[in-house]
Amino acid sequence: MNDIAQKNHAHGNPRNFWRLYVFSTDHKVIAKQYLGLALFWALLGGFTAYLIRWQIAHPDTEAWGWGFIEPGVYNALVTMHGTIMVFFVAMPLLLAVFGNFLIPLMIGARDMAFPRLNMLSVWIFALASIVLITSFFVPGGAPAAGWTGYPPLSAKNEYTGGGYGVDLWLVALALEFASFLLGGVNFLTTAMNLRAPGMTWLRLPVLVWMQLIAAVVFMLSVGPIIAGAVLLLMDRNLGTTFYAPAGGGDPLLWQHLFWFFGHPEVYVILLPGFGIILEVLAVFARKPVFAYRPIIYASMVAGLLSFIVWAHHQYLSGMDPRLAMPFSITTIIISVPFGLVVLSIIATLWGSSMSFQTPMLFALGSLGVFIFGGLTGIFNGSAPVDIYIHDTYFVVAHFHYTLISNVFFAGFAGLYYWFPKMFGRMMNEALGKIHFWLTFIFFNAVFGPMHLVGVGGMMRRISNPTQYDFLKPVEPLNMFITLMAILLLVSQLAFVINFLWSLLAGKVATANPWRSNTLEWTTSSPPPHENFAATPVVHRGAYEYSVPHAQDDWLPQDFDSDKASKAALP
Amino acid sequence: MVTNARTMDGSLEPAGKAGTWWFLSSEIPTFGGLLVSYIVLRLGGSGWAEASSHLNLNIALANTFLLLTSSMTIVMAHAAVQENDHKRAAKFLALTVLLGLSFLIMKALEYGVEIRHGFLPGSGIFWSFYYGMTGLHALHVFAGIIVNLVLCIQAARGSLAPNGHRIELAGLYWHFVDIVWIFLFPLLYLA
Amino acid sequence: MQNWFPENVSTFGADVDGIFWLIFYITTVWFFLTEGLILYFVFRYRRRPGCKAVYAAGDTWRQLAWVLVPMAIIVALDVLIDVRGADVWAKVKLQRPPTDIIVRATGKQFNWEFTYPGPDGKFGTDDDLTTDNELHIPVGKPIHVVLTSKDVIHSFFLPHFRLKQDAMPGREIPVWFEATKPGEYEIPCAELCGFGHSGMNGRLFVQTADDYGRWVAEKWPEKRPTDGDRQSETKSRRSRG
Repeated sequence: MNDIAQKNHAHGNPRNFWRLYVFSTDHKVIAKQYLGLALFWALLGGFTAYLIRWQIAHPDTEAWGWGFIEPGVYNALVTMHGTIMVFFVAMPLLLAVFGNFLIPLMIGARDMAFPRLNMLSVWIFALASIVLITSFFVPGGAPAAGWTGYPPLSAKNEYTGGGYGVDLWLVALALEFASFLLGGVNFLTTAMNLRAPGMTWLRLPVLVWMQLIAAVVFMLSVGPIIAGAVLLLMDRNLGTTFYAPAGGGDPLLWQHLFWFFGHPEVYVILLPGFGIILEVLAVFARKPVFAYRPIIYASMVAGLLSFIVWAHHQYLSGMDPRLAMPFSITTIIISVPFGLVVLSIIATLWGSSMSFQTPMLFALGSLGVFIFGGLTGIFNGSAPVDIYIHDTYFVVAHFHYTLISNVFFAGFAGLYYWFPKMFGRMMNEALGKIHFWLTFIFFNAVFGPMHLVGVGGMMRRISNPTQYDFLKPVEPLNMFITLMAILLLVSQLAFVINFLWSLLAGKVATANPWRSNTLEWTTSSPPPHENFAATPVVHRGAYEYSVPHAQDDWLPQDFDSDKASKAALP
Repeated sequence: MVTNARTMDGSLEPAGKAGTWWFLSSEIPTFGGLLVSYIVLRLGGSGWAEASSHLNLNIALANTFLLLTSSMTIVMAHAAVQENDHKRAAKFLALTVLLGLSFLIMKALEYGVEIRHGFLPGSGIFWSFYYGMTGLHALHVFAGIIVNLVLCIQAARGSLAPNGHRIELAGLYWHFVDIVWIFLFPLLYLA
Repeated sequence: MQNWFPENVSTFGADVDGIFWLIFYITTVWFFLTEGLILYFVFRYRRRPGCKAVYAAGDTWRQLAWVLVPMAIIVALDVLIDVRGADVWAKVKLQRPPTDIIVRATGKQFNWEFTYPGPDGKFGTDDDLTTDNELHIPVGKPIHVVLTSKDVIHSFFLPHFRLKQDAMPGREIPVWFEATKPGEYEIPCAELCGFGHSGMNGRLFVQTADDYGRWVAEKWPEKRPTDGDRQSETKSRRSRG
């Protein structure tokens, strides 16, 4: 039945370079295009981090390989670092790369429901990237009002000393949102309509569920910030006064619109990361995901709750202080579903049989780092404590622990794990382990002490802490952190070298080097254009590992035990 | 080429319908966010009612009538395509396009009058919202007109055949645009 | 970690720090429990020949209890944190003890302007005094500061008092604090406000009653603060003092 439907879907077999690699509607190629863009932006984002850390530790000196960093440029660097990492690395890597590549494969489909719309999505994202890069080169330079872009600072050029930078930033973001909106439509429709026979909703791998929940949360939350961005563009260019008190407007309006989206957005990033961790853990621990259904329901609840916590970013903003306690309460409540997910992930490890290849190391590392970040979130969520730590490096340390654990540790886990399926070769295991340990050690060396810098009161976004007497005690911490940050960035060379070398000369991969149950491993590495020789038929859930009395410690989703046992009959 | 995949229960459901509904689900918070912001700021501010009194209620009423009628004509186009009468569908789509264009022209004329009287986007917070919300809505009307026009031409040429359901999808979007106006009209003109 | 906090000289500073430490102890226990459990599992359940994993999918209530019970404990502790926290938040942000010392603080790119009402206690009169970056207050008395901004959002941050509040253009936002000992403290801006954000730093002079009295007498020489009558020669002054 599904075969006929999917044959309708066939789009020929393109042979020329342009149709194969540039103008492709194949979800696997599109995923790799997003990967290329995300890795490019990650390198650029990392470079901005290097310059920022240099300036903090050695203010008003010349950074190696760059030169002197003026305060206005510093503000542009912190703005672009945040913007790049959240919208041009985290989103494409976790959602677009893994979602695009894996969803059709994991559900047993030949491609997405709307392949041409998919191609349009990646092209819009590429256009957004070009617009954002352009902002570096226009008069006035890149936007410098923070990745949060609060007006009035962002609304008038005379406040930042900038030019078109903020306008280009707004347009780039709007394009990025449009790209992911279209992607979300594709993901959801694909999962609804193109699952292989036998692939019921509750047999889907957790990763697919997480991508779908993230897509819904994104699509319902992005509207207000699009509205807010339009209003900011109008204030900047048409003289409207949405955010200008003198004209009857309110700067707080932007903050509410931004954070109404901004908070769900961090869960949009988080959930796919959890999905990757769970897939990798199950395979390398040879155990089912513990509490599969509760995890899914809890993630849905968390997604829903994420819409009512946003003003915990605004306790001190000037909004009515009586709102602080209600938002503190909702913030507390949201720790319940996440607590369930994290504890279930830990419970998955109990009674397991773990082997520690690179994907598993990064998955475990991600879990450990995330727990720390989640715990420091409790400090930030408490309104009275926030009076002191708001806009200090304590917040910076907190969100780097939660974001990097997801974007980079889980992202690396996914890349090392699915590299064979994507590119048909294995990555080098020794180099992978080196990459993990260096990253894990230096990451904690950078962001662990940063909590102390925050507790010492150092404010965010200041380019020269030596201008403050009360910050003298944290100077040695800042210098240490900068050195560790440089080492952290340099350590990523291990990944870059491994990735490029393995692409060209890695060991050729078999179809299922990890002995995993999910459908993408039943086809070749890499899969053919049509993904599967014949439409898979699914007989069980995704996590039948170490089933008692079974011959092997794994049982693929499409394995027909009836047929096998009949074949074994004399 | 249509993705007419069969779902798990075997029903033949064009994927485009689910896709359109998901897309609309993201448009709702966009306009919703604007409307809620307008309401909250207006409740806490002053001078909005005075500013609103300068709007031309008659033009807005006419525009409301135009849009509502166009929602009806697109439904009739969909009915026609379900009976396989593509020529009739083309006629109703053409009417829908014409009504949409008339809406935009009236809106442009209305802006002209307001600008001549000195009411610019920067003339105060009410005007900022007025131009912002009706402008964004007008852009959405324009996009809908393009879609309807393309379908109209395809229906007239007889090349719409395997994709007749697309009129229903275009209708969903067009009704959404209409409903946004149903909210904008009282909040801006009648309050 | 205590040593990393700036010295607390505020009457409510200990309350704020108290919630910090409450959360710190609770989260530290959970940190060692969870990370310790992970490390233990990683060691105990590493792959060994002949050892198969246990097929525990968490699909029974007995198994799920291992997750649900800790979660219930977490919720209870979270509620404790919120209840205690609510009291401190109310003390700092929802009420202000009565006082006669009120100063207006206006943030601008890139310094604080402090406006004192002068002996008549009213703003907008001739005896108002505005200084750049200098806030003089007496020790041991509650102080009201009314925050606003001339341009972008700034944030009034007193690290040694555990006080912070964003200053918004178009709004007047009141804060209060009370110093427990004299000294000189910094008032950094804690919200990105432009290319001069780094270095935007006021100075808070907490003075003994005598020193404060001397400062007042120096700034308003013709007027004795206890006099009820107004003198026509008083005029407003701008000073770089």
